[in-house]
Amino acid sequence: MDFEETAVKARAFSYFRAATIDQALDAHARAGDDARFIAGGQSLVPALSLRLQAPRLLIDITHIAELRGIRREGACLRIGALTRHCEMLSEPLIAEFAPLLHAAAPFVAHPAIRNRGTFGGSVALADPASEFPAMTLALDAEIEIAGSSGSRRVKADDFFVDLFETALQPGELITAIYVPLFKADQRFAFDELARRRGDYALVGCGMLATFTSDRIDDIRISFFSVGNTPTRVKGAEAALIGFGLDAERIAAAQAALESDLAPPENDEVPPAMRLHLARVLLGRLLGRLGEAG
Amino acid sequence: MSGFEETILDEADETVRVRFVVNGRKVACEVAPRETLVDCLRGELELTGTHVGCEMGACGACLVQVDGRAVHSCLMFAVQADGARIDTIEGLTESGAIADLQAEFHRRNALQCGFCTPGMLVNAHELLSQMAQPSREAIRDALSGNYCRCTGYEAIVDAIDAVAKARSVGDAR
Ligand SMILES: Cc1cc2nc3c(=O)[nH]c(=O)nc-3n(C[C@H](O)[C@H](O)[C@H](O)COP(=O)(O)OP(=O)(O)OC[C@H]3O[C@@H](n4cnc5c(N)ncnc54)[C@H](O)[C@@H]3O)c2cc1C
Ligand code: FES
Ligand code: FES
Repeated sequence: MDFEETAVKARAFSYFRAATIDQALDAHARAGDDARFIAGGQSLVPALSLRLQAPRLLIDITHIAELRGIRREGACLRIGALTRHCEMLSEPLIAEFAPLLHAAAPFVAHPAIRNRGTFGGSVALADPASEFPAMTLALDAEIEIAGSSGSRRVKADDFFVDLFETALQPGELITAIYVPLFKADQRFAFDELARRRGDYALVGCGMLATFTSDRIDDIRISFFSVGNTPTRVKGAEAALIGFGLDAERIAAAQAALESDLAPPENDEVPPAMRLHLARVLLGRLLGRLGEAG
Repeated sequence: MSGFEETILDEADETVRVRFVVNGRKVACEVAPRETLVDCLRGELELTGTHVGCEMGACGACLVQVDGRAVHSCLMFAVQADGARIDTIEGLTESGAIADLQAEFHRRNALQCGFCTPGMLVNAHELLSQMAQPSREAIRDALSGNYCRCTGYEAIVDAIDAVAKARSVGDAR
């Protein structure tokens, strides 16, 4: 087949299937970091086919057993980087201990893409329009990273740096994501506004709150599709902590979005429209959070 | 340990041998690492029932089953599928697994040009194997990644809905 004749074909690369984390890290280093890890490939393959990227080496990490599996570890759920989006829907441990991820999963792409796309790949890519990266912020999750100098854990709050830029250094691998176990005094809510189910959202939001009877002791609210990174809205959070969820408090939180968010210029969705949609969405979700008690 | 040989880096243009079980038959072929699974299926194996449209995951024409799950064969390189079980529309047709879906699509004019049909059928097959009685809403949701430029979708949803109902009546007997 003549690849050069047609546009949507990747440039030539070499392929290596790694069996262990060490093999994957070693291969990356020896390719002079002109390499890409491939997990689900649901973002990387289109990027290669469109020749937006053209690495010398593709390192397949999907056969690394250490990156699989979901299990309880102390007060956290350890979710392996290779956990597929569809498993967020089917795994009982996720539904019970990380229900916010379970609620977000049906909004991530389409069923066949969810069959291959991975949690680690989504977080590593850090698309500001993606559901899961934003939810790691709402969940106060920690990202476990393996590199040549060993393993470390980075809080989601410190992980997302700028547009498609994260705390990951070249050649580093996300191995797992740690999510604090969902507790009985907590409530969550998630929704997004999109033109069509499965499309990237115009605006989306997820939140996790801890209550004492009807008073909010703590809340983390995270938006996506609102700027260069997934974004926590700390002004809105502060407007709610210590109070019950009445109309006045909800309005105060909505008003705080004005300074929490600075949506970028965009012809299709101007900043004022996005801010409006964010306010509407926040109002709806806080309303649901109030009813969930 | 290692496993990685630096010589691999100079072999980007060379083909590698991959083996998979396609529609129940063992096959081996020589592919360049950058060859997608859909190009391998259509080009090397001459299984042209799987269609290819956008080549970037947007249209759903290229859906096949890999190890029993529907995936886009344009979003996978053939080398990644080495060792996997692949079922294409040809295999699903031969086995009779989707005969009722095909008959219902035909009866209700759920296809016109037929370009989207293999992907629609692979998706519908997976949906009905996971959910016995999907609502119309759930059917539409499941098809959200499959474009059809002819039918307007209504007849496709009708056909899947009708098969789901017929199958559950069949099961109850
Ligand atoms: C049509 C379409 C619609 C989509 N819609 C949505 C949507 O609505 N919402 C959404 O969130 N996503 C959507 N996606 C993207 C999808 O969710 C991807 O699966 C996800 O973004 C990336 O995961 P992956 O495992 O496929 O990663 P890959 O494509 O394999 O990799 C993505 C990037 O992350 C790196 N990487 C992967 N795994 C690791 C790791 N463990 N450590 C370090 N780096 C790693 C890769 O090197 C690459 O740079 C859509 C994709 C398509 C094709
Ligand atoms: S060709 Fe694969 S989704 Fe369009
Ligand atoms: S029948 Fe023509 S694209 Fe669907």
